[in-house]
Amino acid sequence: MSLPVAPKPALRRFHQASWDEPIIFELSTPGERGVLVQRPAAVESEALSRRAGQVAAVRRSTAPALPELAQMRVVRHFLRLSQENLGADFNVDIGQGTCTMKYSPKINEALLRTTKAMDLHPLQDESKVQGILEIFWRTEQLLAEISGLERVSLQTQGGSAAIWSNIAMIRAYHESNGEGESRDEVITTIFSHPSNAACAKAAGYKVITLMPDADGYPDIEALKAAVSPRTAALMITNPEDTGIYNARIREFVDLVHGVGGLAAYDQANANGILGITRAREAGFDLCHFNLHKTFSTPHASGGPGAGASAVSAKLVPFLPGPTIDKVGDRFVINGDHPQSVGKIAPFYGVTPNIIRAYAWIMALGAEGLRQVAEIAVLNNNYLLSQVLAIPGASAPYAEGKRRIEQVRYSWEELFEETGISSEEIGIRLSDFGMHYWTSHHPYLVAQPFTLEPTESYSKTEIDEYVAALAEVVRECREEPETVRTAPHNQTVHHIHHDDFDAPERWAITWRAYQRKYFGAVPASEATPAAVADPAVR
Amino acid sequence: MTEQAVHPYIPNTAPDSRAAMLAATGAASIEEFYADIPAELRVKGLLNLPEPFTAEADLERHVSSLLAKNTSTREYLTFLGAGVYNHYVPAVVEDVIGRSEFLTAYAGEPYEDHGRFQALFEYQSLMAELLNMDVVNVPTYDGYQATATSLAMAGRITGRRTVIVASDVHPDKMSKVRDYVRPFLDLVVVPTVDGVADLAAVRSLVTDETAAVWLETPSYFGALEAAGAELAATAHDRGALLVVGTDPIGCGVLAPPADWGADIVCGDIQSLGVRQWFGGGRGGFISVHDDPAFVLEMPSRLFGIESTTVEGEYGFGDVAWDRTSFALREEGKEWVGTAAALWGIAAGVYLSVMGPAGMAELGETLLARTAYARQTLAALDGVELTDTALHLREFTIDVAGTGMTARRLVELMRSKNIDAGVVAGEHRLLVCVTELTNTADIDTLAAALATTFQEN
Repeated sequence: MSLPVAPKPALRRFHQASWDEPIIFELSTPGERGVLVQRPAAVESEALSRRAGQVAAVRRSTAPALPELAQMRVVRHFLRLSQENLGADFNVDIGQGTCTMKYSPKINEALLRTTKAMDLHPLQDESKVQGILEIFWRTEQLLAEISGLERVSLQTQGGSAAIWSNIAMIRAYHESNGEGESRDEVITTIFSHPSNAACAKAAGYKVITLMPDADGYPDIEALKAAVSPRTAALMITNPEDTGIYNARIREFVDLVHGVGGLAAYDQANANGILGITRAREAGFDLCHFNLHKTFSTPHASGGPGAGASAVSAKLVPFLPGPTIDKVGDRFVINGDHPQSVGKIAPFYGVTPNIIRAYAWIMALGAEGLRQVAEIAVLNNNYLLSQVLAIPGASAPYAEGKRRIEQVRYSWEELFEETGISSEEIGIRLSDFGMHYWTSHHPYLVAQPFTLEPTESYSKTEIDEYVAALAEVVRECREEPETVRTAPHNQTVHHIHHDDFDAPERWAITWRAYQRKYFGAVPASEATPAAVADPAVR
Repeated sequence: MTEQAVHPYIPNTAPDSRAAMLAATGAASIEEFYADIPAELRVKGLLNLPEPFTAEADLERHVSSLLAKNTSTREYLTFLGAGVYNHYVPAVVEDVIGRSEFLTAYAGEPYEDHGRFQALFEYQSLMAELLNMDVVNVPTYDGYQATATSLAMAGRITGRRTVIVASDVHPDKMSKVRDYVRPFLDLVVVPTVDGVADLAAVRSLVTDETAAVWLETPSYFGALEAAGAELAATAHDRGALLVVGTDPIGCGVLAPPADWGADIVCGDIQSLGVRQWFGGGRGGFISVHDDPAFVLEMPSRLFGIESTTVEGEYGFGDVAWDRTSFALREEGKEWVGTAAALWGIAAGVYLSVMGPAGMAELGETLLARTAYARQTLAALDGVELTDTALHLREFTIDVAGTGMTARRLVELMRSKNIDAGVVAGEHRLLVCVTELTNTADIDTLAAALATTFQEN
């Protein structure tokens, strides 16, 4: 047979790269070098020799047992690992709900590749860093308008860190009013990100978690019962991880304000409401955005992201310091904030992500941001209609209502029919080059999966995703073993889980693995060659 | 619903796709999807934002023109440290972390994302060799967070609430740590003597109520602690822990803190293959021995190696998931979220390419260069070293003898196009050297300082 080639099958015949790559220590060959570094000049060695006694007291007795590899071998190893990783650039990445896996534009990567961004020190003469200060300042202004609040801090490196920043400001605010001791409770909801509860606890608060009512909304009666003069704050998401918008949010905020508490808006789920509704309109005192979600900066295999905390006027004095201010036509670093919570993180923020987010907003403008929201919501409701057409799928709560930017679905019906869990379905889905995430814990929705298509995926791609999902569901009914024994087309096969929770058996580093399973000598007594020697195994 | 142009980042702005999708949902307009948002909560009209640069070429020109206003540390002479360091990043590192497979991934399973799990397990393992400890976390946000959490862990492990601060700590780090731990820990700061811990004073303050002695080596002023073993014994004798903040850049040549008794070691990984990024390239490491009493107090993710159903195949996964806030919300240890994984991969590539010889040689160069810089600046009239400790990379000079404040000196040096250091006191200047500031640069600094002193 020759040309023509038969049409492509309906589903992609995907296989993830699988290099069977050893751990880098196993690749070590004594004597190889990856890069040569500067050696001390004679005058420098001479200066150090005058301190020989001091040096001897702190000198390492054996070299660290790092692997020894020529440069190209290091390159090959890590590029093989990179191929074994499915970035959002490769995948119809609509399955990582709550995480807004949108396109990170390539122009923004190109903009960063300059010494005028990468090689700036935060304590340089201000006159030499006016450009980067201006980008920070402008980004703050843009996000202040997008939130409707007064002022923004870009200091934090992720959404959870921004939640921490907000709780730190809440604590400082109440202390400034002499209510630091008496207000010792924070209220959140079960469908808000776990870090709202966890950060509040870490800051010393008692946490009250509201459960949803029968329709999936946070229970306003439960809130009425929970608020009191002990309430420091409400920390809440809207729409919550169900994608359901809580129309009574202003009442929630008013109830908390009524007892003197503050209201903090977790806007990790802001993508569907950009330019539609804001923290300001709902009366919030604080909010935060994840620049790596809504504002397109790449998720970087788990960070760095960037958090932006926005506050109303009464909380401005408590913002992390220093701030970047505009004085006349100059940009200055201003550390004069006596009520500030101080530092939340080093210096001013995750510079590369602030440049990316700035460029992304400036590529879109007000109309573009609204388009982002509207198409994200259109995509989500389209996806909802297609997923619900798969027998066995459901979208619990708020029946008949539209959803905003994501939906937490359930395979409960399919599980009851086939006994196959949502986790198993997700792993089989990966064999088609797709991925989905289930839910935060605890699972309130049975057999959950959470999809958020953002604005970045075309109708064709959404259809392709749904077709793969439908095929796995067909398999669940007709050839369940295919699903149960998945994955089949991945880098590796089913991973055992016997050792991850057993302290005597877990292995968090290669040396711990060598020690526990091969009786390797402690690294303090080993030479690099001994650790690298396969005979040790 | 506004009618706009098709946007390249938003495929379904294409009119046919939008119409087909609307039809499939049975909605007459996109506005229907927002029916639950009350009118009084709606933004009236459009946000007040600047006009966008819709053409990519215009955007490129706009952002590049802002960045072009900067002068980087590669374009003039700087001796700035104080937590952010101008080290050389081998080209290999940026090639790997620039790969969009790593850059754009997030939270896939260890099947389709095997690569990042292995790369981060290797990062943990490489750091473990450098630090001579068996457990290292997937990086947290930064060294400040790592330190705050390490001290919080010490409080939980010991059930005590006093921390003895025995070193000179970066004031910003101190600000973060203080605010973070104040509900459950009290910090007692013991002034240093000759740049390092006052062993006698620390001994007199450590009691059965002490959770930890906290050391920083190198300290904020670059001094290396010489009495680590004695301080460890002092803490351990009373059931307290020794928490040590360090910069792993020196560990190729310096004894890692675990060798002299540290229980928890923490710090930032920026020096290991991450550019300065205006202070925005940062990741925090926390390292402990393989003791569940310590490991189960860590909030960060920990990637472990595991077998698969195929012989000879490595799999990876989360160790002890049920200690995290992902699993347990407020009942987990502090919290965990998106932090600094890509910088962890960068540090792993850095250590792989440097190897034991590279780390040892670089450490030696930094020690020798610091000694040379101190000797050279101390030879200037009116300049004194502030202590006699051994230093790595940073040190302070006292310029009182020149009759000028450190702030004034910095300004005058800036007029000569040199950022000479960071003001660390009225007459105290914190000077930093790295492999990117060679002897000629140090000599230039010394000559410019001498001229400045003469001129003023």
